[in-house]
Amino acid sequence: MQAKEIAQRKGKTPDRLISILMEYQKSKSRNYLTSEDLKAVAGEMGLPESRVFSVASFYSLLNTEPKGKHIIQICRDVPCYVNGSFNIREELENALQIYIGETTKDGLFSLEYTSCLGYCELAPVIRIDQKIYGNLTSEKLVEIIAGYRRT
Amino acid sequence: MEMVKLKINNKDIEVEDGTLILDAAKEISVDIPTLCYHPDQEIKANCRVCVVEVEGQKTLQPACSTVVSDGMVVNTNTPMAREARKINVELLLANHDMSCTTCIRNGNCELQKITAALGIRETRFENILVEQEKDESSPALVRNQNKCIKCGRCIQICAKVQGLSILDYMGRGNGSEVKPAYGKYLNDVNCVACGQCSVVCPVAAITEKEDIERVWDAINDPRKHVIVQTAPAVRVSIGEEFGMEPGSIVTGKLVAALRALGFDEVFDTDFTADLTIIEEGHELLKRIKEGGTLPMLTSCSPGWINFIEQYYPELLPHVSSCKSPQQMFGALAKGYYPEKIGKKAEDIFSVSLMPCTAKKYEAQRSEMCLDGKYPDVDVVLTTRELGRMMGQAGIEFAQLEEEEYDAPFGISTGAAVIFGATGGVMEAALRTVYEVVTGKTLEALDFNAVRGLEGIKEASVDLDGMQVNVMVAHSLSKARQVMEMIKSGEASKYAFIEIMCCPGGCIGGGGQPYGVTDELRQRRIDAIYEADAKLPFRKSHENPAVNTLYDEYLKEPLGEQSHHLLHTHYFDRKS
Amino acid sequence: MDNIEKKLLTKRFGQIDPLSIDDYIAKDGYAALQKAVKITPAKIVDSVKASGLLGRGGAAYPVGLKMEAVQKAKSPEKYLICNADEGEPGNFKDRYLMENDPHQIIEGMVISAFAAGATKGYMFIRGEYSRPIYIMTNAIKAAAEKGYLGQNILDSGLNFEIELYTGAGSYVCGEEFALMLCLEGNPGRSTFKPPFPTTEGLYNKPTQINNVESFANIPHIVLDGAEAFAKIGTEHSKGTKLISLCGNVRSKGLYEVPFGVTIRDIIEKLGRGVAGSGIKMVQLGGASGSCLPANMLGLALDYKEMADDDLTFGSGAIIVMDDSIDVLDIVRNTLEFFRHESCGKCTPCREGIEHLVILLDKFIEGVATKKDLELLETLIETIKQTSICGLGQAAPTSLRTTLKYFRKEYTSKIKKHHAKVI
Repeated sequence: MQAKEIAQRKGKTPDRLISILMEYQKSKSRNYLTSEDLKAVAGEMGLPESRVFSVASFYSLLNTEPKGKHIIQICRDVPCYVNGSFNIREELENALQIYIGETTKDGLFSLEYTSCLGYCELAPVIRIDQKIYGNLTSEKLVEIIAGYRRT
Repeated sequence: MEMVKLKINNKDIEVEDGTLILDAAKEISVDIPTLCYHPDQEIKANCRVCVVEVEGQKTLQPACSTVVSDGMVVNTNTPMAREARKINVELLLANHDMSCTTCIRNGNCELQKITAALGIRETRFENILVEQEKDESSPALVRNQNKCIKCGRCIQICAKVQGLSILDYMGRGNGSEVKPAYGKYLNDVNCVACGQCSVVCPVAAITEKEDIERVWDAINDPRKHVIVQTAPAVRVSIGEEFGMEPGSIVTGKLVAALRALGFDEVFDTDFTADLTIIEEGHELLKRIKEGGTLPMLTSCSPGWINFIEQYYPELLPHVSSCKSPQQMFGALAKGYYPEKIGKKAEDIFSVSLMPCTAKKYEAQRSEMCLDGKYPDVDVVLTTRELGRMMGQAGIEFAQLEEEEYDAPFGISTGAAVIFGATGGVMEAALRTVYEVVTGKTLEALDFNAVRGLEGIKEASVDLDGMQVNVMVAHSLSKARQVMEMIKSGEASKYAFIEIMCCPGGCIGGGGQPYGVTDELRQRRIDAIYEADAKLPFRKSHENPAVNTLYDEYLKEPLGEQSHHLLHTHYFDRKS
Repeated sequence: MDNIEKKLLTKRFGQIDPLSIDDYIAKDGYAALQKAVKITPAKIVDSVKASGLLGRGGAAYPVGLKMEAVQKAKSPEKYLICNADEGEPGNFKDRYLMENDPHQIIEGMVISAFAAGATKGYMFIRGEYSRPIYIMTNAIKAAAEKGYLGQNILDSGLNFEIELYTGAGSYVCGEEFALMLCLEGNPGRSTFKPPFPTTEGLYNKPTQINNVESFANIPHIVLDGAEAFAKIGTEHSKGTKLISLCGNVRSKGLYEVPFGVTIRDIIEKLGRGVAGSGIKMVQLGGASGSCLPANMLGLALDYKEMADDDLTFGSGAIIVMDDSIDVLDIVRNTLEFFRHESCGKCTPCREGIEHLVILLDKFIEGVATKKDLELLETLIETIKQTSICGLGQAAPTSLRTTLKYFRKEYTSKIKKHHAKVI
C-alpha cells in the first residue's frame, strides 16, 4: 500500500505529514488525494483523520479534488498582472477550451490561479508541474502547450 | 507569588504575576467582553473581541491572551478599542444566519448577549453567508454551519477532553469551516454523540436534536399512557434553566413540573439505578469467582459504549452486560409494568429525562427493544429541552410546590442518586458488594477516594480479607488511557472500573444547562452527595421496591427474566 | 550611468558554480566560519549587534538581539530556522541567493548556530521553488561531506545539522508562527504572541528564525568585521539591501544597493525607468507594502526615514507601475491576494478582508457613498490593529496608503446626490 511505504520511508512523526501527503499525491494519476488516501495516511501516522484533512484542505499544493495530469498555474499578482497575466489566462483558456479552475475533458490539463511564484523578473509567469515558464508571449505559450501534448 | 503593579482605566491595581489582563480587570469590576474565550480551555484569541489598548503597543491586544507586566498601562474603553470590538462582532454577524427570533438559542446565546452588550444597533456589513443545509444525520445532535462563528471551542473539547478530534477547521481563509473530516455527516464519522461540543458552543452551530414535539404528541394522545423517568443528574441541574443557583436540589419541583406537563406517571431512573447495582454487583462477583473477564467495565454511559464499540471493540468482553438504568427502566416499562396496570406494551409511551445527548442514540439502538417490537425508551429529552418545554407550557418552575414520585418506580436510595457524579456508580456498587460479600453492615458509606474531578481515581477496598482494587475514570481521553492500560496488562490488578464519558460524570453531560465550568461541575457534584446523605436508604439492596420486583418477577439477579429484559450485548463498530 | 550598486551578498553571483562547494571555498568560502569558531559565541553576538544588522524578511528586528536572546536561553535544545518561504509578491531575492550562492547562507546559519547554541537547523523553502530546493539540498550535502555540518564542526564542539523542509503552497507560512506550525505538521494558522520564538519557538524551544538574506549577511560581518559592515548604509540602516525590481521597469531584476540610495535612483539608474509616459505608482515591499505616487520617489531607502513617514519597504521589492494601470484595480488585486492567503483563524482578517473587497468594488463601480468611505477607513484600522499576525495587519496597507496618496481616485467615485431640477 502506497501510504504505508511512503510513511515508513519518511518517518511517522507529525512533522512528516505534509511531506508524506505531497509525495503520495505526486504518485497519483489525477494529482489528488481521496478520503481513502487521507484515511490511510492518518492510520499510518496515528493522527486523527480530521487533522490530516485539515492539513490537506489548507495547503494550495495539496488537492482533495481530481486535477489534470498537468496543472497549469497562472500567477495573477501585481508584478505579473501589470505585465499582462490576464491575457495569458485568456489565451490558455482558448487554447485548452476550459475556464480557469477547470480541467480538460481528456484529463490532461488543469488551469488554476496561483499566488506569486517568486519569478517576477520574468513576468508574466506560469508554472506547469515543477517547471517555471516566464517572459511569455503568445507564440511561446503555443509551443509550451504543444510540448506537453506530445509527451 | 510575585506581585505585579499596573494601571487599568487609570486605577492602580496589584495582581499576581502571570495574571491575564482579562482577569486583572475583574479586580476593578470591569468584565471585558469575550466570545471565543472559555475558562476551562486553552486560550484561542481568534475572535478578537476582547481587545484593549496597552500603552506602548502599536496594535490592540486581546485581554484573554495578554499577561500583565509591571508598569503596564491598560485602557479597556478607548474609542478605538470599543469600535474594534463592535466591528469584529459585526463582521461575525455578517457571516451568520441572523434569524435570532426563531433560533434554538434565542435568549441563551453568547453572540446575542455580546451584540446587545456592545450596543450594536446596525450591521454595517453586507451579509455574505452562503447558506448550507443542516447536518441532521445523528439522532442526538444537529450541526448548523450557518450559525458557526469559528471560535473552535468544540474542536478543543472534542480533541483535548474527549480525545476524539472529530471536528477541525477545514479549508483556509473565509472558506474555513468547522466540520468533521471530509465534510462528512456526523453519523458517518466516529462521533460518540456525547454532546460536549454542544455544551461549549456559544451559539446554535451544534445543538441537541429536539424531540419535544414527539412528547407533546404522546401526552395529547388519549391512547397512550405516558410515563417519564428522571435521571439522577437532572434534579441538581434543571434549576439553572430557571435562574436558580447551580447545585440547587429541586427534585420535588421537578416531579411537580412533569406532572403539570401532563405525564401520566412520574417515575425515577434512580429506581433502576438501584436495580443496576444489584445486577451488576452480582455480575462482578460472578466474574471474580468464576475467573471471568476482568477488570469489568461499567456500561451505563452510552457515550462511553459508543466509544468502546468504535475504538476498542476488542475489549468489549470486559464491559458489563447490564443495560443502563435508562434502558432497564424502559424494558420494565414495556415488559413488566403494562400487565400490572391492565395495559399492553403498545399502550405505554416511555420518555426519559436525561442530562445526556448520547442517550438519544442509545434509545434508538435496535437491540434496545422488547421482542424486537417495542422500544424500551421512545423518546429521550435532555435537561435543556425540558426547560424549553416548561416554557412552552408556561410553567413557573421556581414557584412550584414540591411533589413526590409515583410508586412503585419512584422509590430509590442514595446509592442511586450518586450515579450522577463521577465515581457514583462505583461507590454505589461498593456499598452493596461489601455487604453481599462480608454479610456485615457497612458503616462508613462514603468512599471519598472515588469522588471528585480528578481524571482517574483509584481505591482499594477490603472485603473481609478479599482485596478489591477499583478505578474510576471520566472523560474519553481518560477512558482511552484506561483502555491502553488494559491492553498492556497494567490494569490487571483492578477488578472493576467505572467509566463515564463526560467530564464530571453525568452532571457534566452533553444535554445539561449551558455555561458549565469545572467550578460549576463541582457544585452540581456537591449537591448530588448532599442529596444522597439526606435519603433514608443509602444502599441499593435496601430499596424496598427493588426487592419486591425481585420477589414478584425477576426472582434472582442474573436470572432468566433479568437476562431477557435487563441485559444486552455490544457490537464491533470499528471502521 | 553611475553605478549605485554595492555587491556584498551578490559578489559571487555568476563567478561560481552554485553546485560546487570548491568554487565557494576558493572565493573566501567558509573562511568566516573558520574565524568564528575561534572566538566565543558571546563575541559573535556582540559583533552582530554592533553591525546594526536588521532582519531582512520585512520586520527589521535587530538580528543580534534575536541571536542574543536564544544564546542566553537555558535549554538543552535550541533551533535555528532559515525562512526561505519568500511568498511576498514581487520578491525573488532569496531565490537568487539560493540559486547563485547557496553556501553563503549555510555558512551564515552555521555561524549563527555556533553563536546561539542551536542544536538543529531547518531551512524552510516554499514548495514552488523546485530549483532552489535542488540546489540547497546539494549544498547541504556537500557542506556535510566537507565537515561544515555535522558533529564537532571544525573541532568547535558544535553539533549542527540542517534539515530542508518544503512548504506546500501557503503565503502565511512565511510568518514565523505559522511557519513553525507548518514545520510541526499543522496547517499554518498563526497564533497569538507572546511568547516569542526566542523563548518558546519550535516545539516550544528557544528558536532563532531569520530570513535568508539575514543569514547571508552573517559571514561578511564576521569576516570583514562589524565596523566595516556598519560603514555601509546610513545611520539607522546598516549594510546593503537586495532589491527585487519588477513591474513595468525596463530592466527587471535583482540589485544590491547600500541603504540610503533613493527609490528613484534604483528605478531610473538600475531599472532604466519605464517605457511610455511615466510612473503612476510604486509599491514598496510587496503586496503588503505602501503604495507611493511618483512625486515621493525621492525617499531614501532607510528604515527610519520611511518610518517617519509611516511607510515601510518590507523585504525590499519595488513594484513599478506605469500610467496604464488603474489604482483601484491594483489595490483590488492585492486584496484578492490576501483573501486567498488568509489562514482564516481570526475574525478581522478572515471576515474583514472580504468586506474590504466588497466596499472597494462599490468605489470601482462608482456607487460608493460617503458612509462607505467612513466604514472602509474604520474597517482598515480595525483589521490593522486587531489581526493576530502580520498578514492581517499588513493586508490593508495598499488600501490605506492609496487612500492617503491617491485619495481622489476614491472620492471621485463617490455618488453625488443631484439636486432635483424643478
